[in-house]
Amino acid sequence: MSQLNIVEAINLALHQEMAKDKSVVVLGEDVGHEGGVFRVTTGLQKKFGTARVMDTPLAESGIVGTSIGMAAYGLKPVAEIQFDGFVYPAFNQLISHAARLRNRSRGRFTCPMVLRVPYGGGIRALEHHSESMEALYAHIPGLKVVIPSSPAEAKGLLIAAIRDPDPVIFFEPKRIYRAIKEEVPTKEYVIPLGKAKILQEGKDITLVAWGSMIRECQRAAEKMKERSISCEIIDVRTICPLDSETIIESVKKTGRCIIVHEAPRSGGWGAEIATRIQEKAILQILLVFAKP
Amino acid sequence: MIEHFNPLEGKFLQILDKEGNVDKLLEPKLSVTELKKMYECMVLTRMADTKALALQRSGRMGTFAQVLGQEAQVAVGFAMQKQDWFFPSFRELGILLARDAPLELFYLTFMGCEEGNRSPKGINNFPLSVPVGSQTLHGVGVAMAANIKGHKVVAVAALGDGGTSEGDFHEAMNFAGVFKAPCILFCQNNQWAISTPRHIQTASKTIAQKAIAYGFPGIQVDGNDALALYAATKEAVENARKGKGPTLIESLTYRIGPHTTADDPTLYRSDKEVKYWQERDPIKRFKIYLQKKGIWNKKYEEDLVKRCAKQIEAAIAKAEKVAAATKPEDMFKYMYAEMTSELKEQFEYLQKNLEAKEE
Repeated sequence: MSQLNIVEAINLALHQEMAKDKSVVVLGEDVGHEGGVFRVTTGLQKKFGTARVMDTPLAESGIVGTSIGMAAYGLKPVAEIQFDGFVYPAFNQLISHAARLRNRSRGRFTCPMVLRVPYGGGIRALEHHSESMEALYAHIPGLKVVIPSSPAEAKGLLIAAIRDPDPVIFFEPKRIYRAIKEEVPTKEYVIPLGKAKILQEGKDITLVAWGSMIRECQRAAEKMKERSISCEIIDVRTICPLDSETIIESVKKTGRCIIVHEAPRSGGWGAEIATRIQEKAILQILLVFAKP
Repeated sequence: MIEHFNPLEGKFLQILDKEGNVDKLLEPKLSVTELKKMYECMVLTRMADTKALALQRSGRMGTFAQVLGQEAQVAVGFAMQKQDWFFPSFRELGILLARDAPLELFYLTFMGCEEGNRSPKGINNFPLSVPVGSQTLHGVGVAMAANIKGHKVVAVAALGDGGTSEGDFHEAMNFAGVFKAPCILFCQNNQWAISTPRHIQTASKTIAQKAIAYGFPGIQVDGNDALALYAATKEAVENARKGKGPTLIESLTYRIGPHTTADDPTLYRSDKEVKYWQERDPIKRFKIYLQKKGIWNKKYEEDLVKRCAKQIEAAIAKAEKVAAATKPEDMFKYMYAEMTSELKEQFEYLQKNLEAKEE
C-alpha cells in the first residue's frame, strides 16, 4: 500500500501491466520521452523501450486507426489522446471500426485496445481542453466507457480495461488528477467493468455520479447530513455497460434520485439513467432529477 | 527496379502491353503453373463478378461494386505470402480470391450477411472497409505490430483514387514512413470516384509521387498489366520484409462498370472513354501472352470456363444457405466478447416479439 494520486496510480497500473504482458504497448502524442503532458506515462519508455512506448505523429485518427490494426494483430495498445476535445478526428475509426470489428467479422478479428483520454473541466485551460462528451461514446454499440473517480479505482479499472477483450474508452478526470491521494494497493488488482459501487449508504436520496463529480456528491452529502438528510452515493464507474440494477435497487429504496454529471444536459448519460429508472421503478419513485 | 521508376520523372511500369507483347528485360520469372493460376483467377473474378450483377438484378443480392476491368489486381495477391495481411476496400474481389478467400464470402457480404466477413482462420484478409481510405491505417497498424513482434509479416492495404483524398490515407502514409512499417499501400486509380474524375481528387500529376513526400518510394504501374503489378508488388513486399519500409503502388486502371449497381456512369463519362479502356483489357492481353507461350488454347479456355461456372454455382448455393440460416441473435451476439446485460435485455425483448409473431 502507498499513498498515490490518480496520475501515479494509472502510471503504476501501466508499469505493472507492461511488465506482466509483453503484448501491451503504449502510444500517443508526447507519451514516450516526455511521459505525456500530464506525466501519466512517465518512465514507461525508459523502462520498456521505444518499440513498446511510441511517440507518434500528431494525428488522432492515425493513433486510433493504427491501434486497431495492432489490436487485431494481437497486441494490446493503450493509446492516449492528449485532451478530450481532440478525439473527434478519430471518431470514424472509433465508431466505424474499433466498435464494430468483432461484429463485422463475426468474431474473427477483435479490437482489444484502450483509449485513455483526460476529460472534464476545472484545469483553467482554453477551449477544447475541458469537455465531457462521454455520452457520445456510450451511445456507440461495441465500445465500453469507463470513468474512475479516485486513485485506487483508477488502477483497478485500468487494469480491467487493458485485459478486456473489447475496445474501452477510459476517461480520466483530469481536474482531480492530483487532487486526491489515497491508499492504493501495490499489487495488481482488477475492478470488474460494468459494476457500479455504492460509496456510501443512505436512505433518503440516491446520488448517482461518475468521475470528478463523485467528489462534489460527497461534499453535498456532508452538507445534507447537517440537515438530517441521508444520501446514498453510487459511483457508476462504467457508464457503458451500465449497471442499472444497482442504481434501480437504490432508488427503489430511497425513492429519490439526483444524477450528477458535468456534461451538456440534453441527450446526456444522465437522461439515459433517468429513463432506465423510470422504466423499472416508476411506482417507487418520488423524484428523479438529472443535473449537469 | 522500383527505384528506376521515379514517378516524378514521369516513369511508368508496363511489362505486357495491350497487344500482349512482353518486355523481355522486365518479365517476371513465373512458372507455367503460376501463370495459369494468375490467368484462371482473373477469369474466375470476371465470371463471379458478372454473375453477381445478374444476382443483384434479379433481387438475390444487394447493391454491390463491380470489379470489371480491374482483374489484373489478382497479381497483388499472388505476390504476397500466406502469412501476410490484406486490407481491402470494396473492389478487390480478385486479390481476395488470389489470397484463397472462399468465393461464397463475397456473395454473402453483398447479400447483406456479415458471415461474408468471417475470413477462415489462417487467411488474414480483413473485412471489406466501406468508409473510404480508413482501412489504410489498419494495415499500417498491423505492419507496426509485426515489427514490434519481430515477425516477417507484410501488410497490404488497398484503396482507390478517391480514397487518397481522405485524411486517413495521409495519416497512414505518415505513420508508415515514420515507423518504417512493412506495408504496401496499393492504390487502384480507376479514374473515377463515382462521378468525380481523378483530377478533382488531387492536383498531383500522379498519385505515386505522394510517397516521396512521406519519405518512401512510390511507383506508377499499368494496372491492367498483371505482370507489371506482380513485379512491382513482389519487390515492394520483399523490401518490406527485409526491413526497408513501405511502398506506395499506384495502379493505373479503369472501372469499366458503374461505381455500384446503384450508379449510372452514362451521366458523367463518354462511351469513347470506356471503349479506349476496353481495348486495354487485362484478361485479353494476358490470354495472348499465354497463347504465345503455348499455354493457352481453346480447349483450355472451355474447360476453365466450365470449371469456374461450376465453382460459382456452388458458392452461390452455399452463400444462400448460410444467409438463410442467419439468426437475429447474431446482431447481438458479436457486439462484445460477452453480451452485456443491456443487450441481453434487448435480445430477449426481440425474441419474445418474434415468437409472438409466429404464434
